[in-house]
Amino acid sequence: MNQVDARGYSCPEPVLMTKKALQNGTPLVVLVDNETPLQNVRRFATNNGYQVTWKEVGEDYELTITK
Amino acid sequence: MAGLPKAADPNLLVGYDSSDDAAVYKVSHDVAMIQTVDFFPPVVDDPYTFGQIAATNALSDVYAMGGEPRLAMNLLAFPSCLPVEAVGDILAGGASKVTEAGAVIAGGHSIEDQEPKYGLCVTGLVHPRRILTNSGAKVGDILVLTKALGTGVLSTAAKAELLEEADYKQMVELMTTLNKYAAQAVGSISLSACTDVTGFGLVGHVKEMAEGSGTTMELWAGKVPIVPKALELARDGIIPAGAYRNMDFTAGDTLEDSAVPREVLDCLYDPQTAGGLLFSVPERQLHALMGRMMDAGVPAVAVGAVRPRGEKLVHIKP
Repeated sequence: MNQVDARGYSCPEPVLMTKKALQNGTPLVVLVDNETPLQNVRRFATNNGYQVTWKEVGEDYELTITK
Repeated sequence: MAGLPKAADPNLLVGYDSSDDAAVYKVSHDVAMIQTVDFFPPVVDDPYTFGQIAATNALSDVYAMGGEPRLAMNLLAFPSCLPVEAVGDILAGGASKVTEAGAVIAGGHSIEDQEPKYGLCVTGLVHPRRILTNSGAKVGDILVLTKALGTGVLSTAAKAELLEEADYKQMVELMTTLNKYAAQAVGSISLSACTDVTGFGLVGHVKEMAEGSGTTMELWAGKVPIVPKALELARDGIIPAGAYRNMDFTAGDTLEDSAVPREVLDCLYDPQTAGGLLFSVPERQLHALMGRMMDAGVPAVAVGAVRPRGEKLVHIKP
């Protein structure tokens, strides 16, 4: 599965990494380590026609983006 | 600041026990001194522009209190690897804005640090009867904002070089326009309250105004000037962490109507650097105020109104 590990990156990097990885199709799993990239990646994906689900994994967040 | 002892000097007219923009100290019956300090790391790569932005931001607090800047002191931190020309450019940028403000740089202090930082400590003067605080708003007043929002979102995008030249220029223009022109255009009009919109975002500063004056403030989201590029970037999730902190900080005190688009809300919470002034003006004075702003070329817009205290401090309407 297509995956992006954006933990340790600050905004806007996680969104840019997600945008780039989406060129290889969905589903895409994105890992982030705080609320700001979680909210930003959700906004980016939903406003560009994708479906997003997310869950907490330990201290991180895992988003799953599908078309 | 909560743990610090309260100041006992009766000449300290405005201190840190209210959440105001600067301290005000009464020197004589007709002179009060305004004192403020602000500095931060670079928001743009160009050193001269950074100096201008930091100075515009630091000077703003004096205008927000109704005063005029007179003296400024440089505060500078820079890494030893930074070329000396860059340091000179930062200081020259700052000096250009201090001069434009009609004040003088009287000295300063610099230290070596890993990350560059620059700002000013500014002293201004005001007549004690003309001091503007952020707690004087009256029910029925109209809220007027003098600059468009979006600089937090735009500078986040600029960090990743996502801005076209024209968008970058618009951002720099917003952050380097002194609030002097808006403040001077007020003239003899009696404002009820004033603050400048900075790190807490428009909603955060409106919340403080409402809290201080015992009112509820209505914001008309559709009227608030927002840079179009910032709305586009917010839709794409290019939003600084500070905007989310501002949402958390105001969440319990804010009612958001569901008809307000998410990206508009995001920009209402966007932390601003050197943002505009926010006036609370009696409605009967609004027409005169707007006329003066227009004559001075200040793009002021009525963005809300002051209402009796309701359940929440801020009500964001479409």
